[in-house]
Amino acid sequence: MTARQRADRRAGLAFVAPAALTLAALALYPGLWVLWLSLQQRIPIFHIARFVGLDHYAFLASDPRFWNAARVTLVFTVVSVGLELVLGLAVALALQRQRAGRRLALSLLLLAWALPSVVTAKLFEWLYDPSAGLVNVLLGGRAWNWLGDPALALPGLIVADVWRTMPFVALLCYARLLTIPPEVYEAARVDGAGRVATLSSITLPLLRSILLVALLFRTLDALRAFDLMYVLTGGGPANTTETLTVYAYRTLFQTLQLGFGAAIGVVIFALVMLVAAGYLRALRREGLAA
Amino acid sequence: MRGRLHAWDVAVLLLLAAWATPFFWQVRTSFTPDTELLATSRVLPARPTLIHYQAVVERSVMPQALGNSLAVASLTTLVALAIGVPAAYGIARLPVPGKGLLLLAVVASTAFPQITTVSPLYLLMRALGLRDTWTALVLANTSFALPLLIWLLAGFIREIPIALEEAAFLDGAGRLATLRRVVLPLIAPGVASAALLTFLASWNEFLFAYTFTATEASRTVPVALALFPGVFEIPWGDIAAASILASLPPIVIVVGLQRWLVRGLVAGAMKE
Repeated sequence: MTARQRADRRAGLAFVAPAALTLAALALYPGLWVLWLSLQQRIPIFHIARFVGLDHYAFLASDPRFWNAARVTLVFTVVSVGLELVLGLAVALALQRQRAGRRLALSLLLLAWALPSVVTAKLFEWLYDPSAGLVNVLLGGRAWNWLGDPALALPGLIVADVWRTMPFVALLCYARLLTIPPEVYEAARVDGAGRVATLSSITLPLLRSILLVALLFRTLDALRAFDLMYVLTGGGPANTTETLTVYAYRTLFQTLQLGFGAAIGVVIFALVMLVAAGYLRALRREGLAA
Repeated sequence: MRGRLHAWDVAVLLLLAAWATPFFWQVRTSFTPDTELLATSRVLPARPTLIHYQAVVERSVMPQALGNSLAVASLTTLVALAIGVPAAYGIARLPVPGKGLLLLAVVASTAFPQITTVSPLYLLMRALGLRDTWTALVLANTSFALPLLIWLLAGFIREIPIALEEAAFLDGAGRLATLRRVVLPLIAPGVASAALLTFLASWNEFLFAYTFTATEASRTVPVALALFPGVFEIPWGDIAAASILASLPPIVIVVGLQRWLVRGLVAGAMKE
């Protein structure tokens, strides 16, 4: 090893050490701690702290509230992400043909995405107000109780989430579209390809990889989503919008069952990692991931 | 704007303006007197008022929450950059032992659900006596911002021709001097993008702030807004005014600093 290599090794260690220590202390350590917590019954207000092994996980397997939350999470994720991808793709294609006013267009588009999700929750709470909300007014003066009706609350929540996150998908697709050289379209036109043929055999195949990436990011975020439903519906009415994250939070900090809540958190973590691994395999098959 | 607006351009702009309606409606509500809130048939209020903003500024915890949020988001951005920039350089350019493992940890922690670690972090903050402090939020937000920041910056650093750093080295500069004088100026736009994303994420962050804070002393804007008090009925106008105030930094970023925001977002998704 030359003197320079030794110096670089020392510099490298010094450069990454603060980040490595921060992640170890604030991500890895809590990550291991939560596993340990999930094996205990910890109810601080009653000074209960004892080891219960896998009891919490065994209980979850037959806990109807857990399975309800899992179902709500699944429906929320699949429907939201599906709508976001379709609408985001459509908006990106519309933006692609735009010549003037692109900056303004992106400002209008990204506004919804950049707001705090608590603000989004407050916007939609007002829009959904049964008596004076804009949604009911636009629907011809109905008195639907969007957030209070068990049949309407989850659709209402999904609409708010799609509003907030579609712009992200649109932006990614739009950025990918901008990298397609105009000559490609020129050649297609010369070959006599119509608009539909160009879209289906040139544009969409080129968007395939970025759509997969958007699908990965959006699915992981939807599985982990918490702020919007917690503030907008709090999991109600009758737990119809209670996702796994809201169930975990209520267990942890409203009923203060730290061990049991930790177990739900671990299940969410396992779910997210499982989905991420599945997508990464798909991306690798596409020859995309590192 | 380049050139004249064509029919298609106008149509797209109108469509996107329609998409932003929920926000514009909240802007309208924030200037509407309570007596007119039910008069939804008018696009603009008949007698616009600043009374809701006055109520929020003079009689709510919002001003203090805005200060807390500004401090927490700024400090998080500074701390994350101070730790993240050298780490990104080390990962991109230097022979660090265990680099593969570190990179794996960085990628895996971007997928970490906050809800999973919020309980141990809460116990940790309590044990350290940091409950209800800015420090707790800065630490927690930094740990969540770091992976994406390192990932983004390492990508930007790899794009710099290595010959430039070699030249600096031949001039006798050490790694730190090279990073400061050669690399940092070249990746300045990338640093700006990463800083914007970190600031925005920290400004919008709710779960940690909601859990680790207990009083106005450290409550951030999203928490103050979520807990906005209504005694007998919901004060829609005041909530609207508070929402608009909470949205000001994101609006500045989207409208004024759009180029850097878009670059960061796109780079985060497209870099392999």
